[in-house]
Amino acid sequence: MYRYDQYDQAMVDARVAEFRDQARRRLEGKLTEDQFKPLRLMNGLYLQLHAYMLRVAIPYGTLSSAQMHMLGDIADKYDRGYGHFTTRQNIQYNWIKLEDAGDILADLASVEMHAIQTSGNCIRNISSDHFAGAAADELVDPRPYAELMRQWSSFHPEFSFLPRKFKIAVIASKRDRAAMRLHDIGVEIVRNEAGELGAAFYVGGGMGRTPMVAPCIRDFVPLDQFITYAEACLRVYNRYGRRDNKYKARIKILVHELGKDEYARQVEEEFAHLLSQGIEPPLAELERIKAHFADPAFKTGLPTAIDRNDPDFALWVDRNTHPHKAPGYVSATISLKPVGGIPGDASADQIRLMARLAKDYSFDECRVTHAQNIVLPHVEIGQLHALWTELEAAGLGTPNLDRIGDIIACPGLDYCSLANARSIPVAQKISQRFAENGKADVIGELKLKISGCINACGHHHAGHIGILGVDKKGTENYQLLIGGSEAEDTSLGKITGPGFDEAGIVDAVEKATEVYLAHRQDGERFLDTYRRIGMDPFKEALYG
Amino acid sequence: MADAIGTGADEVQFRFRSDAQVDHAAVTVDAFLDQSNAAAVRIEPGDDARALLPHLDRLALVEVNFPTFGDGRGYSSARILREAGYTGELRAVGDVLVDQIAFMRRCGFDSFAPAVPLDETDVAAAFATWPQVYQPTTDGRVPIWKLRHG
Amino acid sequence: MKILTGNDLKTGAVTWWDGQNWSLHVDDAVDVGDAADEILGRESAARRVNAAYAIDAERQPDGSVRPAHIKDRVRALGPTVRPDLTRKPADPAALNWVI
Repeated sequence: MYRYDQYDQAMVDARVAEFRDQARRRLEGKLTEDQFKPLRLMNGLYLQLHAYMLRVAIPYGTLSSAQMHMLGDIADKYDRGYGHFTTRQNIQYNWIKLEDAGDILADLASVEMHAIQTSGNCIRNISSDHFAGAAADELVDPRPYAELMRQWSSFHPEFSFLPRKFKIAVIASKRDRAAMRLHDIGVEIVRNEAGELGAAFYVGGGMGRTPMVAPCIRDFVPLDQFITYAEACLRVYNRYGRRDNKYKARIKILVHELGKDEYARQVEEEFAHLLSQGIEPPLAELERIKAHFADPAFKTGLPTAIDRNDPDFALWVDRNTHPHKAPGYVSATISLKPVGGIPGDASADQIRLMARLAKDYSFDECRVTHAQNIVLPHVEIGQLHALWTELEAAGLGTPNLDRIGDIIACPGLDYCSLANARSIPVAQKISQRFAENGKADVIGELKLKISGCINACGHHHAGHIGILGVDKKGTENYQLLIGGSEAEDTSLGKITGPGFDEAGIVDAVEKATEVYLAHRQDGERFLDTYRRIGMDPFKEALYG
Repeated sequence: MADAIGTGADEVQFRFRSDAQVDHAAVTVDAFLDQSNAAAVRIEPGDDARALLPHLDRLALVEVNFPTFGDGRGYSSARILREAGYTGELRAVGDVLVDQIAFMRRCGFDSFAPAVPLDETDVAAAFATWPQVYQPTTDGRVPIWKLRHG
Repeated sequence: MKILTGNDLKTGAVTWWDGQNWSLHVDDAVDVGDAADEILGRESAARRVNAAYAIDAERQPDGSVRPAHIKDRVRALGPTVRPDLTRKPADPAALNWVI
């Protein structure tokens, strides 16, 4: 994975010093809250329901063992012993003091980490495929391209006061494991007919109040013009994105209102101009970054058979491991969704354990997925049983990847000042219901996503089943959506009808799965059956 | 005759040019394009800086207004002008704060007329914040990728 | 009644205006009547509170204070899904109070 050189380290260190100074000026009264807020947001520091919340960047979800260990230590030293892994592959701490924030950023900088631009109207953390560098189906590892974009977007002097936040995802496979088309910019690394690598740009996706799937704006940008094209996309947005209405300020609104062809034309015009400005890093820089992502020293001649004597172990292998490009290896997913647990939360001890497991089993590397789980990307098949035994002992062995118990949930009204309803208790109750009725495995793949408000941090629009918490005359109410997908078959969920209270939504989810089970044909997932039979049978079951 | 607007010389708190400070009143983009004798113009966030490109050689001063620091359109206006070869004074006016001033300078501003005067020590520290830069602009600073590869 | 709430600037802790200072306990909150803006302006400028605002609340028969909106009740108690991290970890009725 990428390692900072002296320049990267100097920039992160300078940022720590800058923030310390800004926090000092705030505490001394030289900055009002209105002036300080955008500055602290550009360092990921929110003021939430209970305290300050710090969102630490985990670039494209990749962490070394040492970095993961530090995240555990920060939870103990500065917070209340736990952290929350997010739907953008970052980690959040909920009980932060402003007076500690500078020290936390310094601790992070000591392991090449930061909280730069994890909030604010700027370019945010660049996300990617959690199986990057391991998956058999990827064209190339997408992460060097994400790293190139990370450096380009950090402290960008022109794009730090955009109309709104800006989220980028980079993938390099036909299977979209990063919800690429639901980002402001989604990049897919592709090969053209001449066999050259380039980037397809999808611009104008997003969720929130007005969910949209990004159209493809340009299907091939040569690699030696990649950053220049991105700059053109951003400049058009900075100049023409709406600033009159916070809820219409994302680039998806601009692309929608101009139409994708007109937006693409304006980008081409700016791109043609920018090509004369020499802003593109040389290909040598991409090669330098790629060298950091070279394959680890995979062993050869490894055993590939799995001892299935222990049915619990066999189940976990079947559910939570993913095929690897190197024979004898798999990628293993550590579930942060124990039955009845808080999705995405991990204690400091669990975080440090996972750091050690990354070191012992996975070439010192782990990943955060946008489904709020942790991946050990390169595990020898012969070591899976030992790994699983350790995970089980720590409550991290739940075999529920992509099943109904693998719920994605935002922090919701328990933590977040933007929320209208609590999301975590709903996740817990649904998790418990399906543990009790024993149907999770029969149902199979079902991606359930819960958001506590329309900002959709739980990605509910992209859930096979989605739940949106709303405020109904001062009480919490929940809308049910069906048919969303975050994968390459991207679709947005449709609302079923009137909302439910907390008990009602749990029953509603169960009823929806019963409709699926009653109607499904061979091999159909929940999503496939819904797409075939439509909403009516679900409406009938839910509302009579 | 169009209304004259814009900052006076005494409101310019920081200036990084060695030529004589321009004394002309700035006018709006629309008024400027109508007149043949104005040498200074003021850009609002919604103006298209490229409308000025045919007239750069007669401009001695371009003011870019930041009515609120969160409206970042002025950064693009500045870079567009510098990229087109504008060498006159480029002045950031309005809600210009310490924490944006270094980025403004990188985008090509060489004078600053903040509505509320800034603490000079804080400003000096702000300009010295970044030992290196990741992105090239017209300010001539060498981006990190060039230091790495020459 | 109208009460004031905010966060401590340095620590981020949720606080409630008790008439003289900013208390960590919602039951100490006092009715500020029409004086909300004046108090908020003065206290924010002095940095004794951050991001403060006025809310409706009701004095209960037992003297305790119950904010009208669930969001402020969550702020008063703590996250309902982590009773151990709330202001009343040993109180089984606390969750019902929030909802």
